[in-house]
Amino acid sequence: MARRNTIAHHDIPALEKAPTGIPGLDQISGGGLPKGRTTIVCGGPGCGKTMLGLEFLVRGATEFNEPGVLIAFEETPEEMARNVASLGFDLKDLADRKKLYLDYVYLEPSEIQETGEYDLEGLFIRLQHAVDKVGAKRVMLDTLEALFSGFSNPGILRAEIRRLFRWIKEKGFTTIVTAEKGEGTLTRHGLEEYVSDCVILLDHRITEQISTRRMRIVKYRGTKHGADEYPFLIDEHGMSVLPVTSMDLQHKVSNQRVPTGIPDLDAMLERKGYFRGSSILVSGAAGSGKTILAATFAEAACKRGERCLYIGFEESMDQIARNMKSVGINFEPWVKKDLLVHRAWRPTQYGIEMHLLRIHKLIEKFKPDNIVIDPITNLITASTEKDVHSMLMRLMDFLKENGVTSLFTSLSNVGEIAESEVGISSLIDSWISLRYTEIFGKRHRGLFVLKSRGMAHSTQLREMIITSKGVKLGPANALLAYRDRERDPQADIDSAPVTKKVQIKSVRRGSPSKTRSARGAQ
Amino acid sequence: MKKNSKAPGASGDNHFQLRLYVAGQTPRSLAALSNLRRICATHLDGRYRIEVIDLIKNPQLAQGDQILAIPTLVRNLPKPLRKIIGDLSDTERVLVGLDLRDLQARKAGA
Repeated sequence: MARRNTIAHHDIPALEKAPTGIPGLDQISGGGLPKGRTTIVCGGPGCGKTMLGLEFLVRGATEFNEPGVLIAFEETPEEMARNVASLGFDLKDLADRKKLYLDYVYLEPSEIQETGEYDLEGLFIRLQHAVDKVGAKRVMLDTLEALFSGFSNPGILRAEIRRLFRWIKEKGFTTIVTAEKGEGTLTRHGLEEYVSDCVILLDHRITEQISTRRMRIVKYRGTKHGADEYPFLIDEHGMSVLPVTSMDLQHKVSNQRVPTGIPDLDAMLERKGYFRGSSILVSGAAGSGKTILAATFAEAACKRGERCLYIGFEESMDQIARNMKSVGINFEPWVKKDLLVHRAWRPTQYGIEMHLLRIHKLIEKFKPDNIVIDPITNLITASTEKDVHSMLMRLMDFLKENGVTSLFTSLSNVGEIAESEVGISSLIDSWISLRYTEIFGKRHRGLFVLKSRGMAHSTQLREMIITSKGVKLGPANALLAYRDRERDPQADIDSAPVTKKVQIKSVRRGSPSKTRSARGAQ
Repeated sequence: MKKNSKAPGASGDNHFQLRLYVAGQTPRSLAALSNLRRICATHLDGRYRIEVIDLIKNPQLAQGDQILAIPTLVRNLPKPLRKIIGDLSDTERVLVGLDLRDLQARKAGA
């Protein structure tokens, strides 16, 4: 999937960048880290500093033909290799192929006696030697601050660290220096004072027992960068940062239409259906038929030969497939043809960002034309509403950017619009609301189009009839007709809204105009 | 550079095998070497061997003895390994670093 640099196009191309290859990071940094300069990556223990640096080196070596050097002060190369093996990085192999050079600097203060003047020329020589071995363009020092526990003369150390950074700059190595976060300072020993090109702060927080990692570019000289905190993840494929995929609303919109799978519903949407690449919300109470509507949409997409990704947060996929057979929807052939990919997982299984990332990854892998998420409200159990909203916003931006038509279902209370829906309503282009109408001991399913941007949609409330061959919509005035039949027709006329009056009249007349309005013409 | 070879009988407790790591002929390196020679001559009475390693010429040797600071004096023998960094101008600390102060004290007491 193409990653757009949403920031870079604002820049004057003054500063050369070394791409990290880490999804999202290059986007928020406008193309990568400052080339030939030093970047400080700081944060508390376990925040992912070393991971970021290693991935920068590994991707540099494998994707950008820039070999790297790792000078490790705290972990041996063996330990390091073991740590990142789970991310699919084979450091030993890279070292064997001369793409990476690992040097472990062991510091044992108790072994060292200081007598008089010294400098750290040995470190410079080792670094230069390592660089020469593989023709390195990238360097990582993890973590340089370990020097402070190895040597007792801070004056010499500071002067030497300053000299080291200057030397790195002269040599033009794109460098990552990791540093532990200090009390009230970015790094414990104030390294940021020596390096002013780029500082990235990582953070690892637990909110409501679910952990979220976040990243912020504190400073990036000469570059307009995303200043927000961006969630990131470390999973079996390494690190991914989740930027708000577009800071500007610049999606290309399509005039193409996508049928809903229900001809009667298409009729309500200018007889054409949804817009391609738009976001659709189907909301309703439990049992109102949301999943059926979603499954119908998915099946229709597959029938057109399009690819559809179906993500379930409530039912296992087998269960959905079985249940849908009862309404004449059969997923099996589409799964076999690889047009339908369905995945189900528990919303509480991950933090909200992990959901987003999983969805992102599925989309990148499968490249669907359409996506169904059923139901989106379940995500709220995984996080706070604010986070869900921000996640959905990013997800929808991402989907729109890629022209994926998305249908979400949302569980709301009977007859009400859930607050969570109000939150996302601004992100939704077409909103189908499902509701019950109880008429003398019988429950009728009703459907209406609450909104649909950019089209003259019907505003009628229609009965939704679920048959063994799919969904049909009853005539526009059917629900009222039931009521009419059961009650004294005269009783409601005065209190009913104007539009309903008209409909009721037509019912009573029993005229053929019924058919016309059923078509959704307004 | 002289290769570190174990002469017969050289592994005894009171034989000192020393390596001085320098980076080029800097005044500090030269000072360290002359300080070392002086201290050895005074306190070790021929029971020592000094090997000078110039990392500018042999950068690959820095890794083995984990050298960062220049100059660094490494005592390979007797065990345990000791490192003394700096220009060795503080004789007292060099003696402490080489574990020679006790020896000195014993001598003085005898």
